[in-house]
Amino acid sequence: MILRPLAWQRIVWFALAAMTLFTLVVLFFIIGFITSKGAHVITLKFLFGMPERMGKEGGILPTIIATIYISLLAIAIATPIGVGSAVYLCEYTRESPITRVIRFGADALAGVPSIIFGLFGFILFVIRLRMGWSLLAGGLTLAFMILPTIIRTSEEAIRAVPYNLREVSYSLGGAKSQTIVRVVLPNALPGILTGVILGMGRSVAETAVVIFTAGSSLLMPKSLFDPARTMAVHFYILAREGLSMERAYGTALLLIIAILLINVVAYLLMYRLTRKMR
Amino acid sequence: MGKRLILRGVNLDIEANTIVSVIGPAHSGKTTLLRVINRLIETQREFMRSGDVLLDDAEVRRLDIDVLRRRVGLIFATPVPLPGTIFDNIAYGPRLQHHHRRQQLADLVEHSLRSAFLWDEVKDRLSTSALRLSGGQQQRLCIARTIAVDPEVIMMDEPTSGLDPISTAQIETAMRELKKQYTWVLVTNNTKQAARVSDKVAFFLSGELIEMGEAAQIFTKPKDPRTDDYVSGRIG
Amino acid sequence: MREKLIEKGLLLVAFSAVAMIFLIAYLIFREGVPLVAKVGVWDFIASTRWAPSKGSFGILPMIVGSLEVTLLAVIIGATLGLSCAMFLAEFAPRWSVRILKPMIELLAGIPSVVYGFIGVVVLIPFIRRTFGGPGFSVLAAAIILGIMILPTVIAISLDALNAVPPLYKEGSLALGATRWQTLHRVVLPAARSGIIAAFILGMGRAIGETMAVIMVAGNALTMPTSLLQPVRTLTSNIALEMGYASGDHQAALFATGMVLFVIIAILNTIALVIARPRT
Repeated sequence: MILRPLAWQRIVWFALAAMTLFTLVVLFFIIGFITSKGAHVITLKFLFGMPERMGKEGGILPTIIATIYISLLAIAIATPIGVGSAVYLCEYTRESPITRVIRFGADALAGVPSIIFGLFGFILFVIRLRMGWSLLAGGLTLAFMILPTIIRTSEEAIRAVPYNLREVSYSLGGAKSQTIVRVVLPNALPGILTGVILGMGRSVAETAVVIFTAGSSLLMPKSLFDPARTMAVHFYILAREGLSMERAYGTALLLIIAILLINVVAYLLMYRLTRKMR
Repeated sequence: MGKRLILRGVNLDIEANTIVSVIGPAHSGKTTLLRVINRLIETQREFMRSGDVLLDDAEVRRLDIDVLRRRVGLIFATPVPLPGTIFDNIAYGPRLQHHHRRQQLADLVEHSLRSAFLWDEVKDRLSTSALRLSGGQQQRLCIARTIAVDPEVIMMDEPTSGLDPISTAQIETAMRELKKQYTWVLVTNNTKQAARVSDKVAFFLSGELIEMGEAAQIFTKPKDPRTDDYVSGRIG
Repeated sequence: MREKLIEKGLLLVAFSAVAMIFLIAYLIFREGVPLVAKVGVWDFIASTRWAPSKGSFGILPMIVGSLEVTLLAVIIGATLGLSCAMFLAEFAPRWSVRILKPMIELLAGIPSVVYGFIGVVVLIPFIRRTFGGPGFSVLAAAIILGIMILPTVIAISLDALNAVPPLYKEGSLALGATRWQTLHRVVLPAARSGIIAAFILGMGRAIGETMAVIMVAGNALTMPTSLLQPVRTLTSNIALEMGYASGDHQAALFATGMVLFVIIAILNTIALVIARPRT
């Protein structure tokens, strides 16, 4: 049967609209479901209390603290390396075999699944470097997991800085490094921060890496060398071992809220960046 | 790869405390000349040059690049304020050399802005964004910013090409007033402007220096017929 | 001098990603290769019997399980995701896209364990009721992974569609083509490499996902013969047993990681070849 183009278009429109609607319903169902089941669990006692009976009762304060520590540690390690790599790629070289090798490294790293990072962190940091399960081992491994994201976003941000700003700095006697520090990086900052914050989001959401490298101790971590359990790991253990469905919903909601906050901050930074360009 | 000869056989002297205009049609190598002098061309692309560029008696490639660029300032065709306040823009160069004393810096900023005839217009809003200035003000800001690093030569690459006549006049006044302190090299494709401000004029065509002489002579009795064609408007 | 030093330092920093990927490969292979050599390559990847305590290390069911789950997940995610992206790019009103796009990007950040959890409490009972069987199955894992990669696929292919210069579209519309004709004859081919990149990224997330899969796949050690049967993937095998494994058993888990590493490298290479823009 041959259909007129406009009839075709109508059929396609309905098909695509239906699929879009279905997709959105599924995605928003997940958020709505978790929210409706978890909202009543989140109380001050839940947020700031110590866990009791392996997390069946009490609060989740140590896991919140561990999540903050480990994700801050990850970005503290990954940011200088990522931004440094991006600066080198953008400011110091033209396209060459060297840049191709560096980009290959970053792309390959981006494709490594988190479970492999987990194995790697376990064998290198936990076992060989004798850190044991610890915040430090977890933060280091997460740092390398998020490194490609930070390199990529920083590169884009640095390339977006107009070339003539650099020329102005050079013509006023600025050395290359001064120009980068005083002109390029400040102007690329919102974009760089967006990448850093997205990396932080991935660290917060990660489970496999953290279980292998930071362990799953429910005690309050006192130093970087202590093992710890992040919110995502705690949620996984609660749900998988069926310890407390109610608390699992509460923790999941809290994770979603954390990711939401992180994304809103990233979005606002992007917005500031694009507005400044005008 | 595309090899291209941009300038050839250029031989010219620029005397201290004069205004020299470099005129010629588009793509005659004027901008490249400026970028060769302050070595900004080295940041852009692979290039080769033979021959010497002497500042006083020193070949520019033997000077430290930051020293050279402080001694020879460059103003671009479109004003490019650095994102930041007016004060930060002027203080950018001095701060690169670690001049951080507050009062000194404030004095220097005032002096530079006064020299560029911008002080009265901006003295009450030094801490507002330089991007909010008008085009003409931005270009004078760029001149003030260059003055703040205390150069000997100031080169300008068609500095008034995007400006209205009043702003243009203000910048030309600044050049004449500041002739006692600086040597000016003005690239322009506005022959009337060259006639108004310059002591000497150099005419470039297709990368070659065709003729250089006193401004009056170039515009009234050019020796080379091509110069005559250009200044009388038959080519270019 | 100082400038040269800074440049060398940055070069060193820039090579850390490369160094890291080689270090990861080296460490994983170093733990895994001796075991594979002992068991024999063929027995390791083509035997269906995995009984670490008895010295049997065959991971074929897991290789098949990983590929099966990933393929299905990508089909689900790509179909829904691309439809959604096309609708948002060409038919939906601008204001709705401005609201929906950041929300979809937000959904990409939700921890995969949360998707897995939804699978356990909603999808598994549904499958059990509708199709029978245990519910924990290839199908459940594929659906959950398909949904999990949706936001990534939508966001990236939407960017690719929007990056097509409006001139192309206007040229086609001006010739009297309908919006759908323009979309599938002009816009889709022009955005091809970006859309494939979106699928590759989705595929990478799906095959590498561990925790969500463990929660819904059932993790049985048998060869999956039906979509409703439980299955164990390569990633789940590592995560499930790492906690108590030692000696040869632990080495076998690293070898499993090694196989995963190689499979991902092969898939990425294939995908990159397909994605290379036609000249």
